Amino acid sequence: MVEKAIGEIKEIEFPSPGQILRQRTVSHKGFMIGAIVLILIFTMALLAPVISPHDPYHQDLSKRMINPIWHADGTWKHPLGTDNLGRDYLSRLIYGARISLFIGVSAMVISGIIGIFLGVIAGYFGGRVDMFVSFVITTRLSMPVVLVALAVVALIGGSLNVIIWVLGLLIWDRFAVVMRSSTQQLRSIDYVYAAKAIGCSTTRILLTEVMPNILNNLIVVATLEIAHAILLEAALSFLGMGVQPPLPSWGLMISEGREFMLFSPWIITIPGVVLSLLILSINLMGDGIRDITAPEGRS
Amino acid sequence: MFYYTLKRLSLAILVAITVSLLTFMLLRLSGDPAIALAGENATPEEIEVVRHQYGLDRHIIIQYANWARKALRGDFGVSPYFNQPVENIIGGRLGITMTLGGCALVFAICLAVPMGVLAAIRPNTWIDRVALTISVIGQAMPSFFFGLILIIVFGVILRWLPISGSSTWRHFILPAIALGYYATPAIMRLTRSGMLEVLASDYIRTARAKGLKHGVVLFKHALRNAIIPVVSLLAVQFGFMLGGSLVIETIFAINGVGFLGYESISRTDLPMVQAIVLLVSMFYVVLTFFSDLLNAFLDPRIRVA
Repeated sequence: MVEKAIGEIKEIEFPSPGQILRQRTVSHKGFMIGAIVLILIFTMALLAPVISPHDPYHQDLSKRMINPIWHADGTWKHPLGTDNLGRDYLSRLIYGARISLFIGVSAMVISGIIGIFLGVIAGYFGGRVDMFVSFVITTRLSMPVVLVALAVVALIGGSLNVIIWVLGLLIWDRFAVVMRSSTQQLRSIDYVYAAKAIGCSTTRILLTEVMPNILNNLIVVATLEIAHAILLEAALSFLGMGVQPPLPSWGLMISEGREFMLFSPWIITIPGVVLSLLILSINLMGDGIRDITAPEGRS
Repeated sequence: MFYYTLKRLSLAILVAITVSLLTFMLLRLSGDPAIALAGENATPEEIEVVRHQYGLDRHIIIQYANWARKALRGDFGVSPYFNQPVENIIGGRLGITMTLGGCALVFAICLAVPMGVLAAIRPNTWIDRVALTISVIGQAMPSFFFGLILIIVFGVILRWLPISGSSTWRHFILPAIALGYYATPAIMRLTRSGMLEVLASDYIRTARAKGLKHGVVLFKHALRNAIIPVVSLLAVQFGFMLGGSLVIETIFAINGVGFLGYESISRTDLPMVQAIVLLVSMFYVVLTFFSDLLNAFLDPRIRVA
């Protein structure tokens, strides 16, 4: 009897951290929806040359403004219709995903490097360094992003690289703010003291003790900043001072379709809805990651 | 409180000086502003005349000092496009942008605060879910796309409201919604989390135990405390709105500062762009300064930190 009872106790297994994480991930609806949509859009961007039915730059003036398939006169040859220059709308939409994702990720990397550096040194060293960094953040926050980005892009000319750099140099504020407060919380925790006591260099403490522990927050901010950069690029392109024609940026497609939106609303709603879906999926994933990685009992 | 005010004020002034310097430098990125001012077909002699006229032949620091000294007195130079003082043109348009920003803020508050409160009273019910959906969509939809959708639905299909210009109050409805909706997610989330936190606190339980009415507890005790951080967020959001109104004003052809900024950027009207960027930044600096003070006034704990 006794032996049997012990045997039963042995069979109770506690879930490993990995299993808990997996279980939380799968049961988080927002994260799963966001992840699926994002993966779809990402695959679409990756396979653009394979899956797009036409060349996104090929103009055919004899086939201008064909309606999408849900209209009575739509054809399967152009499922989403054609624009005012007779370019296949679906192909432009697919290639547009490449531009949005590329700009979003690149601008996030640049702003991340700046923001993480400023935030971590401000949070870790405190005192004067913190005061200086806080001052820089305040200064940056008081400059209107859209206005400054527009002015700079207009002055030095819009190209993919210029936009990535301008956005990257402008939107590091959230990285800096979040990294600063996360690092501040870690500064006086025992394992950082322990690392100091055994004589680790500051660089080593920052890289091997601080960084891994602020990684969760970092990933959340990074996803939100990708969304932010994509939205700003779309706004700049919409205003004619971002990605230049004939590149198929979604913001630019909305801008080019504006003239025709009264008679063919689909010409702006298609890129607009896809753009909103992309931002939505990234935001859902960001929020999901925050919930999933949050300590037990907090969400 | 006095020491805190002094500290905040000196920070605000330092930020203002830095921003003005940055703005000034930024617009010289284009290379030679004299060429831009003189126009495309100008001869080298004409460019020289322009260069001297605008003082562009002097050292950049002296140029900045001169510009800043005049700007402090409200003199931002002459716009080459309008051939009039910059401050006169901006002055005439500022009222429109302020009206738009004010309407947008009112719309955002009227939508976000009740939704946030309702969501907090009944967490995890359908009300909470509707509020969450509104805020998630608000964050995902670009403001220019939302503006265009409003134009198509209410201006073209239903023909309820005018879609372009700023002559009557009805012209401000759609742009105010488009601009204000963008600010709702942040306000709603903060109201909701603030209310949730306050409703779980001891003094609310005490108030309920005393037998106070539900409404009194909710509005007099809970909301008043939960709303403090929201007030300072509103100041910040208003600052953002003035910057973001550029897109909305452009879509609805509203003759405000934002539209003026967009047009001035398109025609490289440098003195105008400089003045507008500085104006919007200064507005933000002043707003955050006052919201910091307000916060410290309402919550004594902040003053000490």
